[in-house]
Amino acid sequence: MSLTLTINGTSHTVDVEPETPLLWVLRDNIGLTGTKYGCGISKCGACTVHIDGRKAFSCSTKVSAAVGKEVTTIEGLSDDNSHPLQVAWIEEDVPQCGYCQSGQIMAAAALLEARPDPSDLDIDAGMSDNICRCGTYARIRKAIHRAAEIAQG
Amino acid sequence: MSTMKLNRRKFIVASASAAGGLMLAFRIPAGARADAMMEEPWMAGEGGQEVNAWLVIDPDDTVTIRVGQSEMGEGVFTAMPMLVAEELQCDWSKVRAVYADVNRHVQSTVEPYMVAAGAAKETDQLYQRMATGGSGAVRRSRKYLHQAGASARERLKQAAANAWGVERSAVTAADSVLRAGNKSGTYGEFAAAAATIELESEPAIKTPDQFTLLGKSVPRLDTPHKTDGSAVYGIDVQLPDMVHAAVEVSPVPGGRLVSFDFDAVKDRPGVITAFRLGEGGIGKLPYRLDEVANRTNGLLSGVAVVADTYYRALTALQLMPKEWDAGGHGDVSDESIIAGALEVLGNPDDATYNPAVSEGDARGVIGASADKVEATYVTPYLDHACMEPMNCTAHVTADRADIWVGTQNPPGAHDVVVEETGLAPEQVHVHNTFLGTGFGRRFRSDEVRQAAAIGAALGRPVKMVWSREENQRQGKLRPYSVYHFAASLDADKKPEAYWNRVVSHSIFNHLIPQFLKDGLDNQAMEGLDQRLPYRFPNRQVDYAIRDSHIPVQWWRSVGASQNAFALESFIDELAHAAGADPVEFRLGLMPEGSEFRRPLEVVAKEAGWTTDLRRGEGMGVGLAEAFGTIVAQVAYVTVSRRGQLRVETIDCAVDCGHVIHPRLVEMQMESSIVYGLTAALYGEVHIRNGAVVEDNFDSYLMLRMNEMPEIRTHMALSGGEKWGGVGEPAVPPVAPAVTNAIFAATGKRIRRLPIRSHDLA
Repeated sequence: MSLTLTINGTSHTVDVEPETPLLWVLRDNIGLTGTKYGCGISKCGACTVHIDGRKAFSCSTKVSAAVGKEVTTIEGLSDDNSHPLQVAWIEEDVPQCGYCQSGQIMAAAALLEARPDPSDLDIDAGMSDNICRCGTYARIRKAIHRAAEIAQG
Repeated sequence: MSTMKLNRRKFIVASASAAGGLMLAFRIPAGARADAMMEEPWMAGEGGQEVNAWLVIDPDDTVTIRVGQSEMGEGVFTAMPMLVAEELQCDWSKVRAVYADVNRHVQSTVEPYMVAAGAAKETDQLYQRMATGGSGAVRRSRKYLHQAGASARERLKQAAANAWGVERSAVTAADSVLRAGNKSGTYGEFAAAAATIELESEPAIKTPDQFTLLGKSVPRLDTPHKTDGSAVYGIDVQLPDMVHAAVEVSPVPGGRLVSFDFDAVKDRPGVITAFRLGEGGIGKLPYRLDEVANRTNGLLSGVAVVADTYYRALTALQLMPKEWDAGGHGDVSDESIIAGALEVLGNPDDATYNPAVSEGDARGVIGASADKVEATYVTPYLDHACMEPMNCTAHVTADRADIWVGTQNPPGAHDVVVEETGLAPEQVHVHNTFLGTGFGRRFRSDEVRQAAAIGAALGRPVKMVWSREENQRQGKLRPYSVYHFAASLDADKKPEAYWNRVVSHSIFNHLIPQFLKDGLDNQAMEGLDQRLPYRFPNRQVDYAIRDSHIPVQWWRSVGASQNAFALESFIDELAHAAGADPVEFRLGLMPEGSEFRRPLEVVAKEAGWTTDLRRGEGMGVGLAEAFGTIVAQVAYVTVSRRGQLRVETIDCAVDCGHVIHPRLVEMQMESSIVYGLTAALYGEVHIRNGAVVEDNFDSYLMLRMNEMPEIRTHMALSGGEKWGGVGEPAVPPVAPAVTNAIFAATGKRIRRLPIRSHDLA
C-alpha cells in the first residue's frame, strides 16, 4: 500500500503494509537509521520520535497513524548538531555507547517543549521511559538542565 | 581484476553515503566529519602517508590513528589515540580515529621497530591485541601504542634533521611542527621521508611524569556522532541490493526445530526465502553440547526468513508454524539447577570439590569452635541485555566475504567467517562498527556465524537482526553461583578460621576447558582465593563445578560480579557478630601495607561513613578488586516502613594506579555502578522448561532515571607500576554495599539476589 509521510519536513512515499511500525519504515524504507530498535514494545525508548511535536514510540506506532502528520527524528532535530540539547550533550560528554541517545535526546526535546525549565522531578517523569544500559542518567539530567539554560540564553 | 576492485570500492562508498557514512572517522572540535568507508582501512587517504601501521599523516597534518579496540561506550576511540598522540606530540585537534583492519592484522606480523623496542608482548600479529575485554584497553595496549607514537616522532625528527643538515637531537617536535634553529616544517611535509627512515635504536617511551596530553579530560572524539543520529552501529548498515533476515532458533539451547511450514507465509509481501539453520540445514558447524567448538558457536537449530525489509521478514517468521523439541532439557528450570548446586554446597565431602586455598586447619578449628558464623549466598543467571540487539550483515561471494558487525572480537569473527565460508583468510573482511554496548556478549561471534551461513546461502548482501525476544532467548548468561562461608571467632572476637565453598557454572569449562587448572576456574574464584583482601590464621577455599545446558559467558566484571556480593556480605555478617564497625573490622583484617586499605579509607572518609543513623537509613560498604583495580564503595539507602527501598548515594573510591583521562574514568565508574545496581535490584534470568523466561524489558527490568542515585567518584590512586582497568571493576562492590546498607537500615540480611525478590517491610 502506498503511503505518503512527512519526515523532517520532507515528503516520502513508501509502499508498505499500513500496520508496519513507523520505526521500520524510517529505518528500512527511508534510510534514517538514527532512530533505534531496542525492544519493539515501548519499554526502552530507543525508538523515540516526535509526531506533531509530541513524543511517540515509533516501534509501537503504526505507520498509517503518521500519515498527514509531521514526524521529526533525531536527524531532523537540527541540521548541524546545534539544538541546545545537542550542544549540552556534547558539552557534558553524555553518550557512552550512544545507542539509546537518539531516543534520550528526542524525549528530552519533548520535555523541554512542555517544561522549558524542568525540575529534577520533571526530568524523572519525562525521561523514565528511556533505558540507558551505559547508565548515563546523571549526565543526561545535567545536560537537560544545561540545555534549558542555553535555550533561555 | 583492477576493474572489479574499482567497482567494489565505488559500491561500498555509494552505500556509505546512503547510510550517512559507515565510516568512523572524526575530527574535533565538534565540526566532525564522517568520511565514506574505505575498502581497506589501512590505505592512506588522499595524499596521506602511513608512517607506521598505527598512523597516517596527511599533508594538512591530519593524523589518522588506527584503533585496535572496539568502541562500545568505554571510550577507546579517544583513549587509544591519546596514547599514540602523547608520544607523537602532534596537534590533538587534528587527530581522528578509525578502526584498525583485522584482515591486515591476521595477515601481517608486528612491525620490526616494535620488536626492536621490545614493546610487542601481546601477540606476533600486527595490531597486537584486537579483542576488547578484561578492562584491558589502556593497561594492555599502553606500551605499544606509546611506542608507535614515539618511534614515528623520532623518524619525523630524523627526516627533518637530514633535510636541514643538523643532528636529530637538535630538532624539536610539538603540535605537529618540527623546529631546529630558524628552520621549521610540519609533520605533513616530512611524513613521506619519515616512513623510509631506519633508526639505530628505538626511543624509550615516556614515564607518567612526562605526560602532557594524558591526564586531561579532552572531549570524546565519538560524541558528536552520537547526538545527531549519524553514528553507525552494526544494525544501521545499509548496502545496495541488501535483503533482511529474521531468525528464530530453539528457545531451549540444544533443542531442535522439528518442522516449519514456509508455505504458510511464502506469499506474504516481500518474502523471499527461508532456510533451516544448523542440524539438517545450512551452516558448517551445528550446535552440540558435548563438543567445545560446537557449543561455543555452533549454529543452534532453527529457521531464518529472508524478505525485502526486516519487518516483513520478522512478521513472516512469527506467523510461520513451527514445532520444537526440547532436546532432553525440557524439564530443567533455574530452581532445579540451583537446587542441584545447593545440594553439593551442603555436602563438604562431595568428591568433586577441589581446594583453591589450604592454609592451616580451618575445618578443624571451626568444627571445634563455640563461636561460629555461617551463611549461604545465591547469585542468579544474568543476561547482558545489550541495548543494541545482536545483528550482523554479510555479503559472501565465491571469492570474498564482507562482514559488518559491531564486535568485541574482530579476529574471532574473522576466524569464524573463514571457517564458515571456506574462503582464505585474505579473502575475508570484517568491518567493525560502533557497538550498542558489549559487556562481554559481543565476544563470541555466534551471530557472525549465523549471518555468514545465511549470506553464503543467499550470495547477496543480507542484514540479520535478532528481535529483542530472540536476543534474550539466545543469551549467553552470566553463570549462577552459590557460596557457603563459615568462620570462627576467638575469645577476643577476632576471626581465627575461615572456610569458603563455592559451586558454580564454569565459563572456562563451557568455553575453554584447557584453562581449568586442577579443576579450578580462576575466573569463577576471582577475589576469593589468592587475592582475598582479608587475612585469617586458618583458611580453606574449595570449588566445585556444576554446569547446565545453558550457555554461559563473560559478563561485565566476570566472576567478581557475584563473588564480591557473597564475600562482602559475609564479612559484614562477621563484623556484626564481632560487634565491630564494618569498615574498622575490614581494615583490621588487612595486613599493614595492603593495597586494599587506601580505597577503603578514602571512601569511608568521603562518604562520611557512620553507623549512627536512624532506623530506615543505612550505610553499607563493599570492596573488590578486578582487572588490577581496587574499588571501594559506600551506599547510603533509605527503606520506608512499607519496605520501599531508595538508593540515595553511592560513593566510589578507585585505585587504578594511573589515570589518562579523568572524565572517562568517572564515566566508567558511573556506568559500572548503574550496571551493578540494576543487577542487584532486578537482575535474574529464570529458566522454565529449559528456556529463558525473561525475553524483553517488560520482564527483564532495568534501572531508570527516576531510580538513579547520586554517584560521587573519588580517586585513590597509588601510581607506581600499577595500571589497572576501569571498564568493569566498579561493578562488583555495588551489590554488597547496597545489601549491607539495607541490613544497617532494617536488620534484614539479603543472601540471595536480586533484592526485589525480598520483602523489606
